[in-house]
Amino acid sequence: MKKVTYRNRISKVLGFSILVFLFTSNSLLAQAEPVADASVEQVAEASGGDAAAGKSLFNQNCAACHSLNRKMTGPALANVESRLAEDEGLDRQWLYAWIKNSPGMIKSGDAYANKIYNEYNKAAMTAFPTLSNTDIDNILAYTAAGPVAATTTATLPGDPVQAKSTGISNEIILGALALVFALLVFMLISVNKTLRRVMQANGVDVEKESPKGLPIWKAFAKNQFLVLVTTIFLLLGSAYFAYGWMMQVGVDQGYEPIQPIHYSHRIHAGDNKIECKYCHSSARKSKTSGIPSLNVCMNCHKSIYQVADATLAEGKQYGIDYNEEIQKLYSAVGWDEENQKYTGETKAVEWVRVHNLPDFAYFNHSQHVEVGEIACQTCHGPVEEMEIMSQYSPLTMGWCVNCHRETEVKVEGNEYYAKIHEELSKKYGVETLTAAQMGGLECGKCHY
Amino acid sequence: MNSLKKIGILLGLVVFVVSCQDKSKPNYQYMPNMYEPVGYETYEKVDFLPGQMEAMLPVENSIPRGWMPYQYENTIEGKEMARLMSSPLDSLQKEENLLKGGELYNIYCMICHGPQGKGQGTLVKREKILGVPSYADAARNVTVGTTFHTIQYGLNSMGSYASQMNTEEMWQVSEYVMKLKQDLTK
Repeated sequence: MKKVTYRNRISKVLGFSILVFLFTSNSLLAQAEPVADASVEQVAEASGGDAAAGKSLFNQNCAACHSLNRKMTGPALANVESRLAEDEGLDRQWLYAWIKNSPGMIKSGDAYANKIYNEYNKAAMTAFPTLSNTDIDNILAYTAAGPVAATTTATLPGDPVQAKSTGISNEIILGALALVFALLVFMLISVNKTLRRVMQANGVDVEKESPKGLPIWKAFAKNQFLVLVTTIFLLLGSAYFAYGWMMQVGVDQGYEPIQPIHYSHRIHAGDNKIECKYCHSSARKSKTSGIPSLNVCMNCHKSIYQVADATLAEGKQYGIDYNEEIQKLYSAVGWDEENQKYTGETKAVEWVRVHNLPDFAYFNHSQHVEVGEIACQTCHGPVEEMEIMSQYSPLTMGWCVNCHRETEVKVEGNEYYAKIHEELSKKYGVETLTAAQMGGLECGKCHY
Repeated sequence: MNSLKKIGILLGLVVFVVSCQDKSKPNYQYMPNMYEPVGYETYEKVDFLPGQMEAMLPVENSIPRGWMPYQYENTIEGKEMARLMSSPLDSLQKEENLLKGGELYNIYCMICHGPQGKGQGTLVKREKILGVPSYADAARNVTVGTTFHTIQYGLNSMGSYASQMNTEEMWQVSEYVMKLKQDLTK
């Protein structure tokens, strides 16, 4: 009894201390936020613009080439005004002129304008005559306030710390459960032992002999009919399984190779709704649907150098750091992030082909995708939900033939083949023709 | 105890059989030499070729089928020259060209530039890529020629789409972009 009360006390102390910790940490976080907000406001007031309006303007007009803290097509713009004032002695009037008409500034021979133009590979900045001075004030306010906001978000350790602490407590709970379980087992064993000892002491025979009869398997062996029936069933059963096993030889349904760079179709095609044919553009034109070359990746990943925090957290579920995968892409394609340039040193990415028909079977993607207008998902399954690409369909001949038998071909509006379509529907006595009726089952269509 | 051992053996067998199904490896085949190609497979690793890749760039100065050489360079001057270009496509087939251009636009451009060309595509709305301008932006003065030029070479963060569309398709998209611009500036 004493022990129990003692344990209770420990848990109370523990619980109380956890509560105290939670409250104090919450209040600390709560204190941090208003301070940060105040500083943002102060900066905004000092530069005489609305940082919030500036942010949307910045995202609309500037963000394609400029980031706050990172060199992109153009320079990083955090605190651009104060930096220019300190380093170059240029004031806001210069910035107005530059933003509204940068090509004109370069032509007029402004020293710093030409310097920055040459520094950034002569990438001309678009002129923004539509931006008013107040708009530019707002943008500048955002560039001045932005980094402050960024640092406050960076010093907001609420989520990771809490996640960590819950992780620890989970482990503690599991440990405690295991301990309790071990205790129970130990108690059971000891009770069993003592009971046996008591019984032996009282002279009871512990090992009870079971009544000797005919063992069940001997009884079974004597009944010949039963033996016959079971053998038949066993044979049938094993034939069934053997057939099933032999039929899957050479079929790669569910094949899910590990790729050298983890590419999530779930994020690209699912969350971001990028068209399949954006990357697999050769599916429109050719027999194969092709693994996209890395320049296609770089169409977007020139700008997207890291994933959003939420996406990164999703990746943890799969044990993948998406940012590392983007870095793998950069190193393969030879993209120098620092200078925003291609180095020319490329590495081959050894993608593993998932869907692979043997050479003796002919399949044409463009025929199915462009002419047949069959959705990619019909054969490839819900790709937009696949974190790791896998083969959805068996790609066996039976599977092909089934689809050809069932799929009705769209014959309307195809005047070139109108006559043959008409004759075929007369021959088969049907309104709509299936691919099979149009010769889609002839051997030579796919094997030659 | 005996039955326990039997169950153990059975479980072991099941585990053994199941563990053979490795999803990251292709299944075995009856007659591999019917399945495995004699020639080099696309993207295959080949030791003696440059970069150990089967896939190689076309010979320099070769013109791929469907692509025409483009006369202007990727410079500011080149773009100004391109601004004056008109579309070489048959104006009598404008409808079909716009239809095809629209289809292609929805595949390649809409994801950033948005369905109406306002620069509000899915990626922009989800704040993955920012700062995509509207075609109606007066300062940019988008013409069919600059559109083609930009698709050909890319611009700043935008990549070149000349590997995904052939010359005719790029013109079709350019014409469609001009239609979007018209609708926007109406």
